[in-house]
Amino acid sequence: MAWYVLRRVLQMIPVFFGATFLVYFLVFSMPGDPIAALGGNKPLSPAVQDRLRAEYNLDEPFIVQYLLYLQGLVQGDFGTTFAGRPVIDDIRSAFPVTARLALVAITFEAILGIIGGVIAGLRKGTWIDSTLLVTSIMVIAVPTFVIGFVAQFVFGVQLGWVTINVGANVTWQNLLLPGMVLGAVSFAYVLRLTRTQITETMTADHVRTATAKGLSRPRVITVHILRNSLIPVVTFLGVDLGQLMGGAIVTEGIFNIPGLGFHLFDAIQRGESTKMVSMVTLLVIIFIISNLLIDLLYALLDPRIRYDARK
Amino acid sequence: MTHASDTGGATTRRGQEHFVAPVDETPLQAVDALNTDVKPRSLWSQAWRDLRRNPMFIVSAVLIAIVTAVAAFPQLFSSLDPYAQGACLLTNRYGDPIPGHPFGFDLQGCDVYSRVIYGARPSVIVGVVTTIGVFLLGGLIGAMAGWFGGWIDSILSRLTDVFFAIPLILAAIVVGQLFALNPITLAMILVLFGWTAIARIARGSVMSVMNAEFITASKALGASSSQNLFRHVVPNAVAPVIVTAMVNLGMYIVLEATLSFLGVGLPESTISWGADISSAQTGLYTRPELLFYPSGALAITILSFIMLGDAVRDALDPKTKKR
Amino acid sequence: MSYDPNFPHTSGEPVEEKTAEPAGPRDEGVGDEAEVDLSQVHATEGGTSGAVHEWDPDRPLLEVKDLDITFTTSGGDVPAVRGANLTVYPGQTVAIVGESGSGKTTTAMAVAGLLASNGRVSEGSIVFQDENIAKASGKRIRQLRGDEIGMVPQDPMSNLNPLWKIGFQIKESLTANKVAKGKAADKRVVELLEEAGLPDAARRAKQYPHEFSGGMRQRALIAMGLAARPSLLIADEPTSALDVTVQRQILDHLDMLTGQLGIAVLLITHDLGLAAERAQHLVVMYRGQVVESGPALEILQNPQHPYTKRLIGAAPSLSSQRMISSVSSRDQDPADGEESVRAGRTDEVIVAENLTRVFDIRGGAPWVKAAPFTAVDDVSFTLERGTTLGIVGESGSGKSTVAQMVLGLLPPTSGSILFEGQDIGPMSPKEMFALRRRMQPVFQNPYGSIDPTYSIFRTIEEPLRLHGTRSRSEREIRVRELLDQVALPAATMQRYPNELSGGQRQRIAVARALALRPEVLVLDEAVSALDVLVQDQVLTLLNDLQAELDLSYVFITHDLAVVRQIADRTMVMETGRVVEHGATEDVFRDPQQEYTQRLLEAIPGGSIPLAGSGR
Repeated sequence: MAWYVLRRVLQMIPVFFGATFLVYFLVFSMPGDPIAALGGNKPLSPAVQDRLRAEYNLDEPFIVQYLLYLQGLVQGDFGTTFAGRPVIDDIRSAFPVTARLALVAITFEAILGIIGGVIAGLRKGTWIDSTLLVTSIMVIAVPTFVIGFVAQFVFGVQLGWVTINVGANVTWQNLLLPGMVLGAVSFAYVLRLTRTQITETMTADHVRTATAKGLSRPRVITVHILRNSLIPVVTFLGVDLGQLMGGAIVTEGIFNIPGLGFHLFDAIQRGESTKMVSMVTLLVIIFIISNLLIDLLYALLDPRIRYDARK
Repeated sequence: MTHASDTGGATTRRGQEHFVAPVDETPLQAVDALNTDVKPRSLWSQAWRDLRRNPMFIVSAVLIAIVTAVAAFPQLFSSLDPYAQGACLLTNRYGDPIPGHPFGFDLQGCDVYSRVIYGARPSVIVGVVTTIGVFLLGGLIGAMAGWFGGWIDSILSRLTDVFFAIPLILAAIVVGQLFALNPITLAMILVLFGWTAIARIARGSVMSVMNAEFITASKALGASSSQNLFRHVVPNAVAPVIVTAMVNLGMYIVLEATLSFLGVGLPESTISWGADISSAQTGLYTRPELLFYPSGALAITILSFIMLGDAVRDALDPKTKKR
Repeated sequence: MSYDPNFPHTSGEPVEEKTAEPAGPRDEGVGDEAEVDLSQVHATEGGTSGAVHEWDPDRPLLEVKDLDITFTTSGGDVPAVRGANLTVYPGQTVAIVGESGSGKTTTAMAVAGLLASNGRVSEGSIVFQDENIAKASGKRIRQLRGDEIGMVPQDPMSNLNPLWKIGFQIKESLTANKVAKGKAADKRVVELLEEAGLPDAARRAKQYPHEFSGGMRQRALIAMGLAARPSLLIADEPTSALDVTVQRQILDHLDMLTGQLGIAVLLITHDLGLAAERAQHLVVMYRGQVVESGPALEILQNPQHPYTKRLIGAAPSLSSQRMISSVSSRDQDPADGEESVRAGRTDEVIVAENLTRVFDIRGGAPWVKAAPFTAVDDVSFTLERGTTLGIVGESGSGKSTVAQMVLGLLPPTSGSILFEGQDIGPMSPKEMFALRRRMQPVFQNPYGSIDPTYSIFRTIEEPLRLHGTRSRSEREIRVRELLDQVALPAATMQRYPNELSGGQRQRIAVARALALRPEVLVLDEAVSALDVLVQDQVLTLLNDLQAELDLSYVFITHDLAVVRQIADRTMVMETGRVVEHGATEDVFRDPQQEYTQRLLEAIPGGSIPLAGSGR
C-alpha cells in the first residue's frame, strides 16, 4: 500500500511540472507581445514596457522565466496582475465560490445520477429504464449553456424561484440552480455509467452465489451489486470534480458568479497573461490533486488494488 | 471407491429405475459437426448486420446523413445565403415568421432559418475533423505505449497525464487566443489537447490483445513483430478506440458551440450555432423561440452522433455477445 | 477477446508459471482429513450423524417431473431442457452428466430458482419435499435457499465477491438463514472453514478472496454452501477448475461431509468417471433431454442409449491404453507388441539438456528485494522421431515454460535444446525462422489461439504466406488439403472463428500448425478445454496424423488420463523439476514416486470395472 501511494505521488511530480510548463508555455511563448498589446489603442511608453518586462521576468530566457515563476508558485506567490493587484487576492475570493459551486454540482450529479442509474440498471429493458436513458442522452446533447438559459428563463423569470444573477451574493441557495446546471451533463454520464455497471454486475457469478445463500433481494443489491458497481462511478466522479472546477467557466458566466472561471474569462478578455497563467495553473493543480486522491480512494475501496500494490 | 455399487441392482427405488430414452427422440448428431446452414460472416460483417437491425442506428444514421448533407450543400436547403451582402436588414429586427422566412428574424434582422442551415457546416467540420484527428494521434501514441512498453510506455503515459491534466476547454480558450480560428484550426487545437482519452483506451486495448495466444502462435510461425503489429494487433485493438472516438464526437461539437458562445471560438463572421445561441440570449425574454432553433439543431446533431456511437459500441462490444 | 482497459481485473486467461506466486498460498498439507474412511460415509443412506433435517429416507426429497425450460432470446424462444425427469432421495448423491450445452446446469439451477432472467420453467414440476417449487413465489424460494437447498458453484475464481472478506461472505449465509448471528456467527464461520478443510481458519476468515488459491476458495465456497445445513446441495462442477490432486481432496472431503450430515447432493459434471465414482444414481443429458438414467454402476457397465455408449467410449479416465491409430495399425505389423516403436526410426529429434529458467518476480516496491523464482529446474529429455512425449504436471509445475523454451520463444537461463543435434540457443534470426517451419505449437485456449478477425483461409495460409508460398492458388490447394486432414469440409475456409465451436477451432489450429509440414508439434494443453467427445475426436485425429505424417509430439497436459491415451513416454513434473520419467506404460503400471502415485489415484473413475469393455 505504501508503495502504491508513493508511486502515485512520484508519478504526479513529472505531471505537475509538465502541465504547469505547458500552460506557461502556451500563454507566454506564443507569438505576440503581451506587454506591447497591453495598452490597447494607446501603447504604453517604452520605459513603462521595459519596467513591466523586468518585473515579470519577460526579458529573461523563457526557461528562466518559467523557473522563476515556479519558484514564486511554491512560495504561494501567484504573481500580480499588470495593474499591480496580487493574483492571490482574486484566488482567495474566487476559489471558495467555485469550490462551493462544484460541490453543489457533484452532490447533485452523484445522488441523482446514481439513483437513476441504479433504477435503470435493475429494471433494464422496462419503460422506466428507457425513459431514464433517453433523458440522459438528451441532457448530454443539449449544451450546458442552453440548459443554463432555459433554467434561468423557467425558474428565474417565469416562476421567479431563484435569482438569475448571483453576483457577489454567493449563498448556497443561490448556487443551487447554477450547480445543477453545471452538473447536468455529468449527471447524465453518471447515470449511464452506473446503469452499465449495475447490469454487468447483476449477471456476475458471485451475485448468483449470494442469492443461492438465501439472502434477501435488498441485501443482494446493496451488499453485492451496489458496492461492486459503484467503484468505477466513484472514479468518474473524482475526475469530474477536477474538471468541473475548470469547466465552471460557462456556468459562472451565465449566472454571473465571481468564481475562478469567471476571473479566468475576464483575464483572457483583458489579455492579463499573468492572471491567466495563475488561474489555469491553479485549476490544473486542483485537477492533479483530485486525481491523486481518487487513486488513493480507489485503493481503499478495492482490496485487490492494495494487494497488487503490496506484491 | 466403488460404493456406487451399494445401491445397484434390486434396491432401485421409485423414480430411479434404469430409464433409456427412445433413440429416435434425441437422434445422435455427429460429434462437433460444422453447422453449414448459416452464411459465413466475419466479425465486422456480423457487427454490420447487428447495426442494421438496430433502430437506434437507423434513426441516427438518417439524421447524420441529413445533417451532413446540410453541412455540405446548405444552398440546397435554403434559397437565402446568410453570408450574402445585405442578407440582414435591421428593419426586419425580431420580425415574425413570414412565407420564405419560416423561423422569422433575429436581433440583427437576419433570416433565422438560413442561419440555422448554414450553421451546420462549422459544427460538423469541427466534430468530424477533431474525431479523426484524436483517433489518429491518440491511437498512435496509445498503441506505441502499449506495444513497446517499458520506458517508452512510461514516458508516453506521463505525457498523456500532462495533457490530460489541462481541461480541454481551458486549453482551447487559451490557445485559441493565439490564432485566427477557422473550423480546421480549431479542430487542430482540440486534437492537440483532446487525444489523451483515446490514447489511454488504445494503450489498454493493445496491451490486452498482445497477451492473446494468437500473437504467440504468430510469433511461433515466424512472423516479425511489425507483421504482428499491423496484421493482428491493430485490427483486433481498433474497435474500442473507434467506439470511444465516435462517442466523443458530440462532445467536440458541444465544445465548438461553447467557444463560439463565449465569443472565443470561430470569428463572428462565421455563422455558428453557438454564436447564434449567444446572441439569442439578449432577446431571451421577448423571443425565447430564437434560442430554440439553433439549440434544437445543435442538440439533434449531437444526439444523432451519440446514438450512432452507442449503436456501434453495442454492435462491436464483445461483452454484449457470446464469444 | 475482451477489452476493459479501465479495470485491472484478472481476465479469463489461464495463469501459468509466468505469473506464479512464489510466496502465494498453496494447497499443500491441506486435506489430510480427507483420508477419513469413506466406506462409513455412505454406509447408511442419509447417515444421520449431525443431520439437521428429518425427512423420511424412503420418500423422494426432490422430484423433477417432465421439466421444460425455455429461454427467451432476441431470436425467439429457445428450449434448453425438454421433458427432464430425475429423483433424489435424502442423503443420496445423484449426478447429472453431460457435455456443455446439454442442459445439465440449467436443470440444476431451475431447482434452486436461479435461472437467468430470460429463462423460465415452461412445463412440468419441481417437487421438493412434496411442494411444487417450480411455480412458487420468489419469497418462498428465498426461504428454501441456503437452509434447504444449498449450492457449491463451479468456478471458484468468479463466485466470491472480491470486495468482501471470506468470513463476511460465509457469515451472511448464517445470518440470512437465521442459523446464528453476531459473535456466535463469527465463531461458527471459523468452525465451518475448519470443517471444509481450511487450515488456520481464524486468520483466513479475515482475508479477501484474492489472497486465496483456487483450492482454498473452493473450500470456502463449500463452507458457504453447507453453512445453513441444507437438505439438498447442488454441486455444479465443484472442482473442474482445480488441479487433479486438489480436486480429489476436495471431492473426498465434500463426500465425507455430506455423508456425515446426511445431505443429498445433486452433482453436475461432464466427467462420467467422476460421476460414477461419486454418485449412486446417474442422469445422462444430451441436447436438453435425459437420454438415460439409472444406478451408476449399471449405466457404466451396461449402457443402453447410443449416446451413453459413446460417452463411455470417449472418456479418457475410463480408458487404460495408448490409442492405436487406424493408419499405423494398417501398415504396421500387429504382431509387434510394443506399440509405436517403429523400426529403424529411433533418431532423436529434440534433446533438451539441463534446462533451467529463472524469473525475477518484479512489481513490488523497489526496496523489496526481487526474489528469483525458478520455474524450470534442470529438466532434460529426449524426443524420438514419430513418438509422443507427454509432459504432465499441475499448475505451477513449469510444464508450459518448458514448451516456450522448446519453441524458442523464451531463452533458457541455462541448459540447451538441440533440434536434430543443432543447438537452437545461438541460432541467428534467419536460422530460427527456418527452424520454425519444422516445429509448430498448438495452444490450449481454442478461443484465444486464432485471430478472430481472420477468416479460416487466412488463418491457415498465414504460415504459407510467411514462408514464401507465393501463388494464391498454390496456397489454396494446400489449405484445402489441410482442412481435409483435420476432417473439416473445404467450405470452412470462408468462415470466421466466431462461427466455429471450440473443437473446430482447435482443429483449425492443428491445420495451421501442419501447414509447413513440420516434424514436431508442441501441444500445450491442446485438448484440455474441450468436451470429452470432442477431446476424443481431436486426440484420435492427432494420433492418426502422427502415423500418417511421421510427426513427433511434445504433449503437455495436466490430465494423466489423456497422456495415457496418446504418449509413448511420460515425464511428470512438479514445481519445476522432473519427478518421474519413463515409458508411459511403466509410469502408469508401476509409478516409482509418491507424487506420481497421487496423481494417478486422482484420476476419477480409474478403478471402476467396465464389464465387456476391453479398455
